[in-house]
Amino acid sequence: MARVLINVPRTVRRGEVFEIRALIQHTMETGYRPDAGGEVVPRDIIRRFACAYNGEEVFAAELSPAVAANPFLVFTAVAAESGTLSFTWTGDNGFSQTETRPVAVE
Amino acid sequence: MRGPERFLRRFGAGVAAAALGLSFVGADEARRTERRSGFDDMSRETQAMQRDDTANPGMLWVQEGEALWNRKEGTAARACAECHGDAAASMRGVAARHPAFDPATEQPIGLEGRINRCRQVHQGADAFAWESQDLLAVTVFVAHQSRGMPVAAEDPRLAPFRENGRRLFGERLGQLDLSCAQCHDDNAGKRLAGSVVPQGHPTGYPLYRLEWQGLGSLQRRLRNCMAGVRSEPHAYGSAALVELELFLMSRAGGMALEAPAVRP
Ligand code: HEC
Ligand code: HEC
Repeated sequence: MARVLINVPRTVRRGEVFEIRALIQHTMETGYRPDAGGEVVPRDIIRRFACAYNGEEVFAAELSPAVAANPFLVFTAVAAESGTLSFTWTGDNGFSQTETRPVAVE
Repeated sequence: MRGPERFLRRFGAGVAAAALGLSFVGADEARRTERRSGFDDMSRETQAMQRDDTANPGMLWVQEGEALWNRKEGTAARACAECHGDAAASMRGVAARHPAFDPATEQPIGLEGRINRCRQVHQGADAFAWESQDLLAVTVFVAHQSRGMPVAAEDPRLAPFRENGRRLFGERLGQLDLSCAQCHDDNAGKRLAGSVVPQGHPTGYPLYRLEWQGLGSLQRRLRNCMAGVRSEPHAYGSAALVELELFLMSRAGGMALEAPAVRP
């Protein structure tokens, strides 16, 4: 499992815009680089990131080979009720990882 | 292109430009007056990335290192934590005084070497390879416990080794015939191609370099600078690199440790 750093406020006010940050450890190998022996290193990237709130997708991003290693995404959301944020990264070679964080609305 | 190759090309071109553009001779007046961490020369965005533990990618390796700290390893099937307990207490200040005097060999031993010694002697495991993700992770986890503490690697028994490091720092090397001091003492604060020449302090290591897109050790950094002046870099773990580290630590005496720092 890749290491991740997720930053979400534990509590937010109803209707308030809050920031979500998600950083994941991944080489994001472009597929264009030759290795020491001159062979092209096969592409190995995260292709899609999605964030869902109580099961409903609220943010998604398509990632490309131009994205740096260990991609860091910052976005905002608004919550009407308490629930669970889930974060899913999917990519080459069957890469798939999901993390969840609770959010309490007061 | 990513990685060291690009660095070399950029660095080499930069040096050529610098040799034309700024005069290295007689730059003595420009000698540094106050010490600055490489942090101080970074953009606001990169500084913010280092300061915020949820944005600093180096923290991914700190997490990894914590997992390794607690994992039973080797024929002894013992974890670092079984002998050293809570790293926040037992490893506090340890990185600030490494390279340290090693009574077994009566030589300086760097933090990576010290950790590998424990793996071999106390865990009955193979040493981690230099610059491997595992060694970087454990080292940065240990170094992180000293964040904010002043560098204090001043063991008097290491004086001859420190002096040797100082000598290496002042010695011209490579096809470009430049010494570390010519860049990091005489021309610190000026620009070499796109980058500010930092004073070259070792306070942030292991650190996340945006150009590396990963974590790297101080020795990797020093080897980069050596390759940059087109000299054959000393091998990882060699006496020369440990002595340079030792000198750099005393030169940075009292400055705050930053591991894991972020650098461009
Ligand atoms: C079986 C017990 C044992 C285990 C397991 C062990 N160590 Fe140690 N460690 C020691 C002892 C004892 C010392 C003191 C020096 C010596 O005798 O080697 C030490 C010294 C150190 C030091 C230097 C501390 C200082 O104050 O300068 C570091 C750093 C260190 N160990 C890290 C680690 C790490 C990281 C691991 C796991 C990869 C580990 N050790 C596993 C027993 C252990
Ligand atoms: C031609 C100039 C030049 C020479 C010679 C040189 N360096 Fe550097 N060094 C740099 C530059 C420029 C950087 C900043 C990294 C970059 O942007 O490329 C740097 C970075 C460093 C750093 C990292 C500082 C930080 O904040 O992380 C250290 C340490 C260092 N050098 C030590 C050395 C040592 C030791 C030598 C001699 C073996 C040396 N350098 C030789 C130009 C030089």
